[in-house]
Amino acid sequence: MRKVFSLFRQKEGWGKGMFSHLTLLFAVAVVGAPVLLALVFSTQTPAQIFSFPPKLAFGTATSENYSLAWETYRLGLYMKNSLFIAITVTLGKTLTAFLAATAFVYFRLPFRGFFFAFVLMTLMMPTEIMIVALFDRVTALGWADSAFALTVPFMASATSVFLFRQHFLQIPLELVDAARVDGVGLSAFMLRILLPMSRNVIAAMALIDFVYVWNQYLWPLVIIRDGSRQMVQVGLRMMTSGQDATHWGVVMAGAVLTLLPPLCVFLLLQRSLALSVSLGREK
Amino acid sequence: MNISTPFSSNRWLGLLFLLPTLLILVMFLYGPILETLRLSFHQVAFLGLREEFCGLGNYRDLFFEPGYRRMFQATLIFTFFTVTGGMGLGLLLALLVHGVKGGRGFYRLFLIWPYALSPAVAGVIFLFLFSNQVGLVNAGLDALFGRHPDWLASPALAMTVVVGAAIWKNIGYNLIFYLAALSSLPRDVLEAARMDGAGHVMRLLRVFLPLLAPMTLFLLVVNLMYAVFDVFPVVDLITKGGPSDATLLMIYSLYRDGFEFLKTGSAAAQSVLLLGAVAFLTLVKFRTYGRGIHYGGRQ
Repeated sequence: MRKVFSLFRQKEGWGKGMFSHLTLLFAVAVVGAPVLLALVFSTQTPAQIFSFPPKLAFGTATSENYSLAWETYRLGLYMKNSLFIAITVTLGKTLTAFLAATAFVYFRLPFRGFFFAFVLMTLMMPTEIMIVALFDRVTALGWADSAFALTVPFMASATSVFLFRQHFLQIPLELVDAARVDGVGLSAFMLRILLPMSRNVIAAMALIDFVYVWNQYLWPLVIIRDGSRQMVQVGLRMMTSGQDATHWGVVMAGAVLTLLPPLCVFLLLQRSLALSVSLGREK
Repeated sequence: MNISTPFSSNRWLGLLFLLPTLLILVMFLYGPILETLRLSFHQVAFLGLREEFCGLGNYRDLFFEPGYRRMFQATLIFTFFTVTGGMGLGLLLALLVHGVKGGRGFYRLFLIWPYALSPAVAGVIFLFLFSNQVGLVNAGLDALFGRHPDWLASPALAMTVVVGAAIWKNIGYNLIFYLAALSSLPRDVLEAARMDGAGHVMRLLRVFLPLLAPMTLFLLVVNLMYAVFDVFPVVDLITKGGPSDATLLMIYSLYRDGFEFLKTGSAAAQSVLLLGAVAFLTLVKFRTYGRGIHYGGRQ
C-alpha cells in the first residue's frame, strides 16, 4: 500500500509535502468551523451573542440554553419520537427485505425476473417526488398525524433487498446443500443459518437506515400536524420560526443536540466506512 | 441469479415472503406515482373536491410562465455549482490526502465528518453564520474590510450561501469515495506512467482522471440526486426560496405549490418532470452497473 501512495508523490521535495499538509490543515479548519462555532455559541447568552466583536469563547448559559432547547422547545420529546420511528422502520425494513431476498434466492419463484426488476426499479425513487399523491393516500387511510404515516410507507427497501440478496449469493452452495441433506427445515435454515450469517450486513444497514430516518424532514413536515408527535429535524425548524426574536444560543444548542446521535453512528461506522463503500459499489 | 437447487420449491410460500415488500411498494410508491401522473393532467380545486381535466395545461404553464422559468434557472444554477463544487473539492482533497506521507487517517476523519450531519442542521448553522445582525461571517468581514453585505437579501449572495451550505455538507461523501477509488488504482499503470517520465500534471490528466472516470460517473449520479432532492431543508431553513424566488429550487417550488398555494396539478406536473430525471439517472446507474467500478485490466 505504502508504495502506491509514494507513486504519486515521488521526487517531491520537503516543501511540496509541507504545502500539502498546510492546505489540508486549512481545509480541516474550514470544514470543522461551522459546527465548532455552533458549539461555542450554544453556550452564550443573547447579550454575549449580540456583542461586537463576537466572543469566540464558551459563554455562561450552557445549562440554560440546553435545558430550554430540550424542555421548552421539546427537542427531547422529538428526539424520543424520532428514535422510536427509526427503530420501528429499521426493524420492519430488515424483516421485509430478509423475507424478500430469501424468496429471490432460495425459492423457485414464478416471474422472478419481473418481480426483481419491479423491486429494483425503486432503488433511487425518493419520497419527495410523489409527496402530494402520497399525502393524499396516507390521509385517505386516516394515518395523518400517526406513527403509521412515518413508518409503514418506508418499510420496503430495494437497497436492503438487494444487499441481502448479494450477501446470500455469496454463501457457499455446499452449505445450503449440507443443511438440506441434514434435514434442516426452512425456518431453521433461515433463523439458525441465514440470520446469523447476515449479522454484519444487518448491522451496517441498520446504521444507515437509522440515519436516514433521523434526517427525515419534508415528509414529517407535511403529514404531522400534531406538535407532540413531530420528529426532530422539524422540531429544529420550529425553533427558528418562533414569534420572538430568535434566541440563537438555544437554536445552536438544538442543532448540537440534533447532530449528536448521527455523529455517534458515524464514528461507530467510521472504520467500516470502507464496507459501506463496497456496499455502494455493488459488485 | 439462479441457484440450481432452490431450498424450497413451494412457490406460494415464496410469493408470501415477497408479499410485504410488493404490497408496500404498490401502495406507497407505484400507486402514488401513477396518481401523480394522473393529477398532472388535472386542475384540482376546493381542496381536491373538484377535478377538471386540463390536458397538458399544467405543463404548458410550467414551461411558459416567467415565474417557473426563474425556478428552472435557479435549479440549474444551484445544481451545477453544488455538483461541480462538491465533486471538484472532494477530488482535490482526496488527491492531497492520498499524496501526503503522514496523518492520512487524521485528515480523512476530520474532513469527512460533516457528512454525518443532517441537511437541516447544516441549514440552521449557515442561517446563523450568515445572519445580518449576529452572523459571524459579517462580523469578520466588517472587521477585515469594513463591509457587511446582507447575504440573505441579495439574490446572488443568497444563492451563494445555499450552495455553500449544500457543498459543505456533502464534501465528505465525495472525499470518501474518491479516496477509496484512489487506493485501488492498478499499480502497474501508475508505475508505467512514472517510468515513462510523465510529470505530475500529465499523470493527473492522462492517468488519474481517466482511471477515476467510472467513480466520477457514479458520484455524478449520486450528487445530482442530492442537489435536486436532499437539499430541501437547506433551502427551507435559510431562504425559503427567496429573496424574490432567487433560490426557488424545483423541490421547494413543488412543496410550495402542493402544500401552500394548493396548486396540486402544477405540483404534480413538476413531480412528473423530476420523475423523468430520476428514471434517466436510474438507467444510467444500471447501464454502468455491469461494468462496475473496475480499474485496469486485472481485478
